[in-house]
Amino acid sequence: MESLLIYVAASVAIISSAMVITQLNAVHALLYLILSLLAVGIIFYLLGAHFAAVLEVIIYAGAIMVLFVFVVMMLNLGNATIALEQSWIKPRMWLGPSLLAVILLSELILMFSQAVSVTAINLVDAKQVGILLFGPYLLAVELASMLLLAGLIGAYHLGRRQTKANKET
Amino acid sequence: MTEPINQIGTWIDIIGILSSVMLVAALLIWVERRMIGIWQDRLGPNRLGPLGLMQVAADMIKIFFKEDWIPPFADKAVFVLAPMIIMVTILTAFAVVPFAPGIGIIDFNFGLLYFLALSSLSVYSVVLGGYASNNKYALLGAVRAAAQTISYEVFMALSLMGVVMLSGTFNLRDIVEAQRNGWFCLSQFLGLFLFIVAVVAESHRTPFDLPEAEHEIIAGFHIEYSGMKFGMFFIGEYLSVTLSSAMIVTLFFGGWLGPEFLPPLFWFCFKTSIWILFFVLLRASLPRPRYDQLMSFGWKFMLPLALINLLVTGGLVLWMES
Repeated sequence: MESLLIYVAASVAIISSAMVITQLNAVHALLYLILSLLAVGIIFYLLGAHFAAVLEVIIYAGAIMVLFVFVVMMLNLGNATIALEQSWIKPRMWLGPSLLAVILLSELILMFSQAVSVTAINLVDAKQVGILLFGPYLLAVELASMLLLAGLIGAYHLGRRQTKANKET
Repeated sequence: MTEPINQIGTWIDIIGILSSVMLVAALLIWVERRMIGIWQDRLGPNRLGPLGLMQVAADMIKIFFKEDWIPPFADKAVFVLAPMIIMVTILTAFAVVPFAPGIGIIDFNFGLLYFLALSSLSVYSVVLGGYASNNKYALLGAVRAAAQTISYEVFMALSLMGVVMLSGTFNLRDIVEAQRNGWFCLSQFLGLFLFIVAVVAESHRTPFDLPEAEHEIIAGFHIEYSGMKFGMFFIGEYLSVTLSSAMIVTLFFGGWLGPEFLPPLFWFCFKTSIWILFFVLLRASLPRPRYDQLMSFGWKFMLPLALINLLVTGGLVLWMES
């Protein structure tokens, strides 16, 4: 049963990831990417990594992808014409994502309704993740935080110069 | 580690919870208008039925029979899909809400994170709705909603980590049980304040209803919506108020805990209704901030406060243990 669910979720992930690359415009690709992330979340869940599964949805699907959509909307606001906007999202392209999302939703319902207990490969709880992150992988965490800080300062610098230039003109 | 999901609800629980949550959301249409009326020293809807209670039915009939207009310039499929997202995500989030011992749908070990995940997915409803309407005001509303939700989500999760540290679990039922010796609203009052502000911003209620600010962008993201599609946004907002109140009660006010002479379910519903009324009062009493004020308030005041709360709570937990 679990392996069937994993295969279904995995094929949803693969198909939607392929669509991300093949879609010609950004919004189509983004919507498929959200779907792909949700599918990966389900796979994590089925493998017993519940913590990673929920974080996948919170951080990637819930926060980072919203930022992506936000940026695309902002660009759209600036220079695209209404005709371009209209051509960007066609009703037809919604058939794919909705169908794949329905499959994922029915898997979720099935899992919750039967409380499918994974013949645990290894159930990982939040405590283990924390101990690993602040134990053997401490260096990696610190390096990642340095990288993020550098990115933050860079973004701040770029944004600040932009506003100054606007004020001068 | 025990089973990740203990199913505690039967079909009766699921149907009961679904219908009562929908009923509460529909009743809130009347409650909000009536209470704001009373607080603003006017009557509010008081003509239909006892206390004007039939106003709900009248509104429902009206909204169902209104023309469900889809603008020709809109993107039809997304336009139809967007209002459903908020209903589906918020209603699914109710699955982890612990109503009382033995009443609820699932008992999930990461229930708190599940709530955060679904409430962060619900923003797509507003964003896609504004985008698909293909209207400049709707798009502005959607852009505002995206930026606002991202900003307030950050410290929404951080404000709850104090509760997680004190109770040592993400499981909502265990968090309620951990409050037997004192509700977390006392030890985590800062977290409570942050969480309230965050959920108000997350559900786009006044004073944080900038995405639909009537005086500057008319109605924001739902400007092109009419009939039951508008109704879904409308009910979705009330559902999210109900969910937020239920979560505040679960996390900070001892959930179903209360004096023994009344059943636990009563205490849960009682506390939740008080918080719902608080949200209504908030709308009646506070003005809307400017958009840049909203953003800088979030990043420059609330986020540092959340981090300080996290640090102090962590330090105290370690100090108490040693």
